[in-house]
Amino acid sequence: MKPQRRGPSAWSRHLRSVLGFAVILALTFLGLLAITFFIGRIIPIDPVLAVVGDRATNAQYEAARIAMGLDQPLPMQFIAYVGDVFSGDLGRSVSTNREVSTDLIRVFPATLEMATIGIIIGVLLGVPLGVLAAIKRGKITDQLIRVFALLGYSVPAFWLGLVGLALFYAGLGWVAGPGRVDIYYEGLVDPVTGLLLVDSLLAGEPEVFFSALSHIILPATILGFFSLAYIARMTRSFMLDQLGQEYVTTARVKGVSEWRVIWVHAFGTIRVPLITVIGLSYAALLEGSVMIETVFSWPGIGNYLTTALFNADMNAVLGATLVIGAVFIVINKLSDVLYRVLDPRSRS
Amino acid sequence: MTLTTWLTDDAPASRLQANLGRAYDVTRRLLRNPLAALGVAILTVLIVCAAFAPWIAPYSPIGQDLGARLMPPSATNWMGTDELGRDIFSRVVHGARLTLLIVGMVAVISAPLGLILGAVSGYFGGWTDRVLMGITDVFLSMPKLILALAFVAALGPGIENAIIAIAITAWPPYARLARAETLTFRNSEFVQAVRLAGASHMRVIGLHILPLCTSSTIIRVTLDMAGIILTAAGLGFLGLGAQPPLPEWGAMISRGRSFILDQWWVATMPGFAIILVSLGFCFLGDGLRDVLDPKSGDKS
Repeated sequence: MKPQRRGPSAWSRHLRSVLGFAVILALTFLGLLAITFFIGRIIPIDPVLAVVGDRATNAQYEAARIAMGLDQPLPMQFIAYVGDVFSGDLGRSVSTNREVSTDLIRVFPATLEMATIGIIIGVLLGVPLGVLAAIKRGKITDQLIRVFALLGYSVPAFWLGLVGLALFYAGLGWVAGPGRVDIYYEGLVDPVTGLLLVDSLLAGEPEVFFSALSHIILPATILGFFSLAYIARMTRSFMLDQLGQEYVTTARVKGVSEWRVIWVHAFGTIRVPLITVIGLSYAALLEGSVMIETVFSWPGIGNYLTTALFNADMNAVLGATLVIGAVFIVINKLSDVLYRVLDPRSRS
Repeated sequence: MTLTTWLTDDAPASRLQANLGRAYDVTRRLLRNPLAALGVAILTVLIVCAAFAPWIAPYSPIGQDLGARLMPPSATNWMGTDELGRDIFSRVVHGARLTLLIVGMVAVISAPLGLILGAVSGYFGGWTDRVLMGITDVFLSMPKLILALAFVAALGPGIENAIIAIAITAWPPYARLARAETLTFRNSEFVQAVRLAGASHMRVIGLHILPLCTSSTIIRVTLDMAGIILTAAGLGFLGLGAQPPLPEWGAMISRGRSFILDQWWVATMPGFAIILVSLGFCFLGDGLRDVLDPKSGDKS
């Protein structure tokens, strides 16, 4: 068989799809910026008054308004806002008195760490459960898994967090309580990656590692439960599609073992769509971490966001919204692209 | 002729008979599915609680009794009392009204908004479609809870603002759905016939296309209800939704947070109500999909 020739047309097609992706990504970002800009403008607080105070004269007020660019027409203000965001300027946080961007860089790794452990738990449990439900379709196992997965759509994350704390921390004492690490280990390890589990190992501090592990396991498991629900449901649906196909019947007729039919033949085909599902759940976990972090006093971006909400610290709120939104969009679009790259059918 | 034979008549004589017959058929098939029937039962209880709350609840939802603070569940207070001595069961029953109000209002605002945008987008196509769907995609690719949080932060806490914020984030899936459905009808003969008869674009969309999108939208709205309830409860938990002393379930959990280690029932009981109602909507939504949309019914 002759190898397929890749002429200039194939390359220009690739280039075009990459450009198209970049344009869509840029437009989505602009949309996100437009929304945060709009939210920033509908606040009933006068931003000028907040700066000059209510004793300022009219002249001082006007001067501050012009200095802040608020005398410009809205489109110009929006362009200035986009410029600020792209140069990394998200304004100053009223409550921490630091640049919002500095704050966000500091808190983001904690969220990333929890969401990553969460998705690992979600995939390790969700995929086998989904496959099992598909094999036992309609049986009692299937129904149980279905209800278990639906619970993931019906249980409030913050409630499960509270109940988990009461049960496993206060009641049984199996895990550590709120926070990221025991208080006497705090600040013992220099942040290298910002991921405490990694940093403590790098620093050769196993005690800190186990303390951090004991703190992260409960919130991460609860977070993982919510991705498990979606992953299990989708895995079941994909598997059912495949198990009804003729190639599966052929394999069975040829005498291939049932285990091999399921895990090699059928599961092999659904790996690609599963990647998209896992990507989407990962993005959703970043969002779900807001509630969990609040309950577990986890010093991540979600906790930062809710703390800022209580202090009416709009720069911090909008900054955190922007960062979570941006990460969400990137993961969403990337899993989309990954699907197209990996799925041979979409290449032609 | 009995009522059943009239309802299941293959050749209905009037539009009313056809509609009622279809409703009867859907209900019958729905109730045959045990989980869906359970969902219907749960939601019936919710509606009854909301409608007759003052008669069902043994105490006032805001009546304080500081002598009976933080009492554990007992025969007099089925779910115990909270830190102000209010009966939690009565508050949970009255909370059904708020939950129903929130999901109802969000559905009433976001579903028609999404349907109209989607139908207009699909019907006219071209640049209208590109712009409207571009906006929809932007909203669709954004984290809903975070967006709702930011909106409420800007609008100010309160149940009305929470409803608005959730509705703003809930409409995009309906727009996508309505557009996809509209595209399949747009060039069909019945639409052309109506156009030839002189109907305006508005009339075609409003009277002939939108009604065809309703069944898939109903499924989607029902499935989304659980998410809406959780978001509303989350906003309440953060103090951004219904304000005290309103017995909103999320806010009640938030109040009980300080007592979770010793008086577990204060935070736990309202949570069971949220789970039960959300599960009810999930069961009903799943069942409705099986009945109304046979294509995807047996898959998930």
